[in-house]
Amino acid sequence: MNPVRTVMDNTDSEYTEVAEVAAGAELAEYAGTLAPRVGLVEGVRQTFSLAWRTLVQIRHNPLELIDFSIQPVMFLVLFTYVFGGAIGGSPHAYLMFALPGIIVQNALFTTLNTATGLSTDLKEGFFDRLRSLPIARFAPLAGRILADIAKQAWAVAMLLGIGVILGFRFGAGAGRPLGALAALGLVLVCTLAISWALVLVSMLAANPEKVQIFGFVVLFPITFTSDAFVRTASMPGWLQAWAKANPVSILSDAMRGLLVSGPVGRPVAESLLYAAAFTLVFAPLAVRAFKRRA
Amino acid sequence: MTYSIIAEGLVKRFGDTVALAGVDLAVRTGSVLGLLGPNGAGKTTAVRILATLVRPDGGYAAVCGHDVVSHAHQVRQLTGLTGQYASVDNTLTGFENLTLIGRLTGQSRPAAKARARELLACFRLDDAGDRPVKTYSGGMRRRLDLAASLVNRPRVLYLDEPTTGLDPLSRNEMWDVVRGLTASGVTVLLTTQYLEEADLLADEIVVVDHGTVIATGTPEDLKARAGALTLSVRPALAADLPAVVGVVAGFTRSDPEVRATTVTIPVSGEDVMPAVVRQLEDAGVRMAELSLRGSTLDEVFLSLTGRRAEEPGTAELEGSAA
Repeated sequence: MNPVRTVMDNTDSEYTEVAEVAAGAELAEYAGTLAPRVGLVEGVRQTFSLAWRTLVQIRHNPLELIDFSIQPVMFLVLFTYVFGGAIGGSPHAYLMFALPGIIVQNALFTTLNTATGLSTDLKEGFFDRLRSLPIARFAPLAGRILADIAKQAWAVAMLLGIGVILGFRFGAGAGRPLGALAALGLVLVCTLAISWALVLVSMLAANPEKVQIFGFVVLFPITFTSDAFVRTASMPGWLQAWAKANPVSILSDAMRGLLVSGPVGRPVAESLLYAAAFTLVFAPLAVRAFKRRA
Repeated sequence: MTYSIIAEGLVKRFGDTVALAGVDLAVRTGSVLGLLGPNGAGKTTAVRILATLVRPDGGYAAVCGHDVVSHAHQVRQLTGLTGQYASVDNTLTGFENLTLIGRLTGQSRPAAKARARELLACFRLDDAGDRPVKTYSGGMRRRLDLAASLVNRPRVLYLDEPTTGLDPLSRNEMWDVVRGLTASGVTVLLTTQYLEEADLLADEIVVVDHGTVIATGTPEDLKARAGALTLSVRPALAADLPAVVGVVAGFTRSDPEVRATTVTIPVSGEDVMPAVVRQLEDAGVRMAELSLRGSTLDEVFLSLTGRRAEEPGTAELEGSAA
């Protein structure tokens, strides 16, 4: 026990320093200055602080940047030049068909990042830290989702930019700048809605690896059994029936209508209905699971 | 006398497992309470309830007069939590972690940054402050975690096994820091499986096992309760060991404990010492070491629960060092 004593005696001055920093003089009247609850404005500010944190992570982990920038571009280039000729007749024709679908596919897969990120925070105890702070209960969740929406917007913009370089041309259907903006807005609204389901998954799954596996086993087939990449006409009848009802198809159709040509009103309305349904079902479940998970 | 933390009859179940089966706690303002118990005793659950992270299934708890369930937001403004696992963001730098918490708790950007630098300097992390936390050593990470729980200047601090898994040097550093905090009037609830830690840091110790409190008192109280004193004898010649065991066995009802060449027995008072010495001399045993000391908390735990609190490896180490 003697060495311990010596160490402590040597650092007496340090104690005082720690002590002063910890206490602060203004704490005496703490009982009178406690806020009864978090204001909405504060909650929104906290959400932005936490979104900032998620975006700062990218700076320290450039691999993540590759994950959500290069990967979609890789998909785009590979699909266009490898499958494009075989599926669509020519790479250019296929690009015009598939780019809206690839945007949808990428958006869906990005929601997986929301889930794995939340799951990692839970596992590593960072969420405990946040939950022990006097902040709005929705802020950790909302911050994560907000940051992922920013990433989404970036990925969509990049896919469109690279698409244009590869020869993609916006159709006149919905009016050029407006159509692209509406497409961006629609895909963000829909991924926000789908995020709730993924948030629920991340709250129920034990660790990020399981979330990843879920994403692969569920998201992958759902995305590919749609008309995001191919026309459904060549699929067997039973698959066609599913593919037509698949929200991925409906959102892809809506994106096509807004970005290239084709019907706009019906697929957009249906996409928004799906988004509303997803939010109504999964948001309360996700928030409940989030509150419970301790 | 004022109490900063009060808990009465806390109950918490996880499925069929009873984590807490009615725990009472009272922590005096400005004191350190050591919540001592083996793994799975319910220490962490108690802290999580007091830190508003878990709702109790039964009982009542308040921090500075605020109910942890109905007035959780007030409680969160008064408390800081340092978990068993360093709950900071590994990808961010130490500075960014502290700044983030400052911003979240309502500090302006310059104030949050100044506070972050101040805490980093105070915990000797100023050099590492701009490096991602994942490059930190275990001890640095714990210090940052503790710094993170101080950003908001808490009045009550929960330290959930702050030194578990740390090497002895880092552990000593953490102890220094905790000592400093308590000197400032912050009330500390410390959970630990290390008896030495509770003995060194706590003003009062609550021993928990299987979700219930099995003993409460100052470290001295607890040591006095379980046989009070331990007599140990080490003969100069290992060959004399049987003779030593034979002699000391007459002074205790339990079997003498032999570790390497040291024989120990619990004794009730100092008066046995001269008698032991006389009998050993009569038996012709030369002694390399003869000592009477207060029982350690490990020995206390053994007598309270019938088993040792620490993993055998650590107990062995302590035994040989004593």
